[in-house]
Amino acid sequence: MNRAFATQVYWLARRSVVRTFRQPASAIPAVAFPLILLSVNTGGLHAATRLPGFPTNSFLDFALAFAFMQGAMFSTMNAGTDLAKDIQTGFLTRLSLTPLKSSALLAGQLAGVLALGLVQAIVYLTAGLAAGATIEAGIGGIAVLLLLSMCICIAFGTLGAFLALRTGSGEAVQGLFPLLFVLLFLSSMNMPRNLISIGWFRTIATINPVSYLIEGLRSLVIVGWDGQALALAFGIVAAIGLIALVSASRALKVRLARA
Amino acid sequence: MSVAFAVAWRQLYRLFTTPSLFLPSLLFPLFFFTAFAGGLSRVAEVPGFNFPAGYTAFQFVFVFLQSAAFGGVFTGFSIARDFESGFTRRLFLAAPHRSAVVAGWVLAALGRFLITATIIFGVGLATGMQVLGDGVDLFGLVVLGLLVNLAATLWASGVAMRLRTMQAGPAMQMPVFLALFLAPVYVPLDLLSGWVHAVASVNPISFLLEAGRGFLGGDPVHVAIAFGSAVGLAAAFSLWAFRSLRRAESAA
Repeated sequence: MNRAFATQVYWLARRSVVRTFRQPASAIPAVAFPLILLSVNTGGLHAATRLPGFPTNSFLDFALAFAFMQGAMFSTMNAGTDLAKDIQTGFLTRLSLTPLKSSALLAGQLAGVLALGLVQAIVYLTAGLAAGATIEAGIGGIAVLLLLSMCICIAFGTLGAFLALRTGSGEAVQGLFPLLFVLLFLSSMNMPRNLISIGWFRTIATINPVSYLIEGLRSLVIVGWDGQALALAFGIVAAIGLIALVSASRALKVRLARA
Repeated sequence: MSVAFAVAWRQLYRLFTTPSLFLPSLLFPLFFFTAFAGGLSRVAEVPGFNFPAGYTAFQFVFVFLQSAAFGGVFTGFSIARDFESGFTRRLFLAAPHRSAVVAGWVLAALGRFLITATIIFGVGLATGMQVLGDGVDLFGLVVLGLLVNLAATLWASGVAMRLRTMQAGPAMQMPVFLALFLAPVYVPLDLLSGWVHAVASVNPISFLLEAGRGFLGGDPVHVAIAFGSAVGLAAAFSLWAFRSLRRAESAA
């Protein structure tokens, strides 16, 4: 039984990974766009490091986490759009006629997200280090940075899968992108929360879970080992992932029952 | 002229009766205004940042010119959609002078920008933005915005006429997005660093931004070079749009 499950996951994961990398129109912006914004913001906001209380004297170090977070948001789009395409083309309906386990379907679909997320994270890290960034938490910190980045990709990818299963429409999934963009920009992405002087903005950034994900990633780069920041980031990503997984599983059951 | 007005009317009517078309072009600049003016206001305290009207006004000018540019780009999207649906082909067959169709798109984009700009300006004033310039300065800022809108519309319509598909969206949007962000968006030019400073120093958008901020701050700077750049961009993209029109005509 376990072997059959593994085989199902393997073939779906293989298909998902191959499909992801065969679509340069989806994969290339997911890697390149965060790097472009990172580069522009680093040059544009370097002067902000002169503010009293700014936690580092390198804006590149401060902003590096932003690239990981934005890359994870592209995962939502990619996972959701691919799954929606499977629904629209009838592939999911044909799968429902086979003895495939629904959990294998979800796990397999997310393999492409995980693979692209790993490539993205390695590219961002390499580019950051090449541009002069330093990771205060050292080699171990790099491993945790990649792990947290993967967890964020999986959680957001599952969210994208849920939306695709719920709506069955690639356009609806794409429509979520502006909302994710808003969450990203209304966070502590460009400025530490204690240096945001506009009260309502600081409040939004404080209740925005994306702030804590960015701060967890950032802590490894500019602080070293910050247990509280990491616990918050891993806790929040686990909560997002769990909610998305339960929602996606329910939506999949409904979708398969309809099929 | 009647063709140009009819095309402009149709574009504007469809825009204001379809919220999914109008809202993104309004919300996009408002969102950037909120995120930048709200989240980065402490940047005004950086040594060397000297803009008397404050950070909200500093960011307003960027958002104002961005809405002008994106008003043109979003008009390009609807032109591409009309090509995909076959509407533009029928329009080309019906219009005695096809350049009037392009003029209609330009008029529609200008109308769209004026409405968006009015709303953004209202939001800016409501959030406490200081305006130190007088009426003449503000008129200068509006004319600068109209020229940017004209240039962006001609650019985007040129791309739409060449590619004639909605998939041309990123080709219209990305160069405009990059040109805008490779300018002094967050801080004055002198405070930029690295390669962004080098690129921003020669980017014509930088002069437009600095002139616009000068108008709002009541201390106009780089006025001649900014208007020269804006007119130059509009002239260059006119050529681009009309060459693209010839291509679209031969394909129709």
